[in-house]
Amino acid sequence: MKWRCPLWGHLHINFSVESQMRKKNKFRAVTSHHLAGYMFILPWLFGFFAFTLVPMAASLYFSFTDYDIFAAPVWSGLANFAKMMQDEVFWKSLSVTFIYVFFSVPLRLIFALAIAMLFNRRAKMLRFYQTVYYLPSILGGSIAVAVMWRRLFMSDGALNAVLGILGTPTDISWIGNENTALWTLIILAVWQFGSSMLIFLAGLKQIPESYYEAAEIDGASKITQFFRITLPHLTPVIFFNLVMQIINGFIVFTQAFVVSGGTGDPMNSTLVYSLYVYQRAFKYNEMGYGSALAWVLVLIIGIFTAIVFKSSSSWVYYESKEGQK
Amino acid sequence: MIQSKVNRIRNAVLFHSSVVILGFFMLYPLLWMISNSFKPNDDIFGTASLIPSTIVLDNYVRGWNFVGNLNFGMFFLNSFFYAGVSTIGAVLSSALVAFGFARIRFFAKNFWFVCMLVTMMIPFQVVMIPQYLVFRSLGWVNSYAPLIIPMFMGQPFFIFLMLQFIRGIPLELDESARIDGCGYFRIFAQIIFPLITPALITSAIFNFYWRWDDFLGPLLYLNKPQMYTVSIALRMFSDPSSSTDWGAIFSMATLSLLPILIVFIVFQKYIVQGISTTGIKG
Repeated sequence: MKWRCPLWGHLHINFSVESQMRKKNKFRAVTSHHLAGYMFILPWLFGFFAFTLVPMAASLYFSFTDYDIFAAPVWSGLANFAKMMQDEVFWKSLSVTFIYVFFSVPLRLIFALAIAMLFNRRAKMLRFYQTVYYLPSILGGSIAVAVMWRRLFMSDGALNAVLGILGTPTDISWIGNENTALWTLIILAVWQFGSSMLIFLAGLKQIPESYYEAAEIDGASKITQFFRITLPHLTPVIFFNLVMQIINGFIVFTQAFVVSGGTGDPMNSTLVYSLYVYQRAFKYNEMGYGSALAWVLVLIIGIFTAIVFKSSSSWVYYESKEGQK
Repeated sequence: MIQSKVNRIRNAVLFHSSVVILGFFMLYPLLWMISNSFKPNDDIFGTASLIPSTIVLDNYVRGWNFVGNLNFGMFFLNSFFYAGVSTIGAVLSSALVAFGFARIRFFAKNFWFVCMLVTMMIPFQVVMIPQYLVFRSLGWVNSYAPLIIPMFMGQPFFIFLMLQFIRGIPLELDESARIDGCGYFRIFAQIIFPLITPALITSAIFNFYWRWDDFLGPLLYLNKPQMYTVSIALRMFSDPSSSTDWGAIFSMATLSLLPILIVFIVFQKYIVQGISTTGIKG
């Protein structure tokens, strides 16, 4: 993102005059710029209070109440959380979400890194290839793709047709089987590795060529070069990707909703956590229990983000004090 | 000499062929969907073929005329309205806020800035229920207000992106404008705003994508079929219990990707740069 500043030439002339003016107007400026600052951030400030802070406080309160949408909330202490401990579906959705995050996030990063390294070279058609590999991440969030995905893995869908051609015919419905349904969602997530790939590619381009040349002279193998040069340089990028994808993984909703037809079936095997919150709150009108579930999700995400942040000092490598990211 | 040239050619062939084969598998699901939208219904199932035996446009006619008096023209208009208005709101409000954080020193600025960064990590699920209750009591369910109005409050990701951009613009520019009698707002509107055009475009593209694909918001607030966005209409259309007309579903699914594809092709440069420099998710 380069831009050119057309006024660059005029600047220094005005600068000394400006500092004199600033001294004169200091008092007026001191009082007015606070107000001006707040006027500019007012939209965000209003949104922060109205759509984030107050709703969060309300939801924290609701989580300690028994609240169907029709009558006023009634304080129930820790009853919602006690109910959660007994709620088998809650535990099921928790385990579904953990499996989803623990497989989709690392797999996606590994694919992104592998393909980025493949593309980190001079070759014809490279831009076109990048576009092709990146396309699924642009289109993957849409309902159209989720609807298509469902069809792809049905018993008479394209996957089984391809397997038939390869000589292993089967009529299993991958989305109808409780052992495989969640995997169709994980594959859908991994398939969209393109945006991480672009970030890795930008990171790879910043590693100085001379490092590899020096390693070559010292007789380091390609594998040693990868673990000693490439990977350490990419750790800031990996760190950033890891945090964002863990958060996004824990709140996945749309794909699971569409692929399972809104139910989380078969046998709740695709009932990701957000889908369960949605069902409790908006299908059964249990606003209190739904809020309690949502707060547990905040806690889980907070804990995982904190773990990644805490651990980062031991594995994220910054070349200079400034940091690369 | 000859040996090394042979090696180079062999490497190039290996690279291109493996990338093309893998790329084909990457695109296969999308191609399959597009090809199915032109196949007669009997041809869709049980085959992996991408080439229709006969090309029919009938799927598009049936898909477009959804049910009864509703058609996809209305859903597309709804989606364009929602994505368009919220994108204008998100970009303008984010630019204002970004300028405030980047260029004005004010009381407790760092505190508010940290608050903003933290909100990026708060899952929507935790504010979803109280927000719904408030909008419901305001009588805003079954209107676009609950979806659009929050978009006018600045979006942290875009604020952050624009802020980085504004920091690259020399401060002297503001100062010389101030000498000439410009107030903050004019500095923002006439100097900074035009200079951050690339960041504005990147933000607009991603906001358009996210709103076009948005599902949970419309699912919560739009319950009248004539208000459905394309996302909700597609999902109702493909509901396992209500429809088996897959040719028609695939045709409208394909059509719904067209606006995203067009934006992608036209603005590809901004998208790739936006992702590689900020890590924004596509």
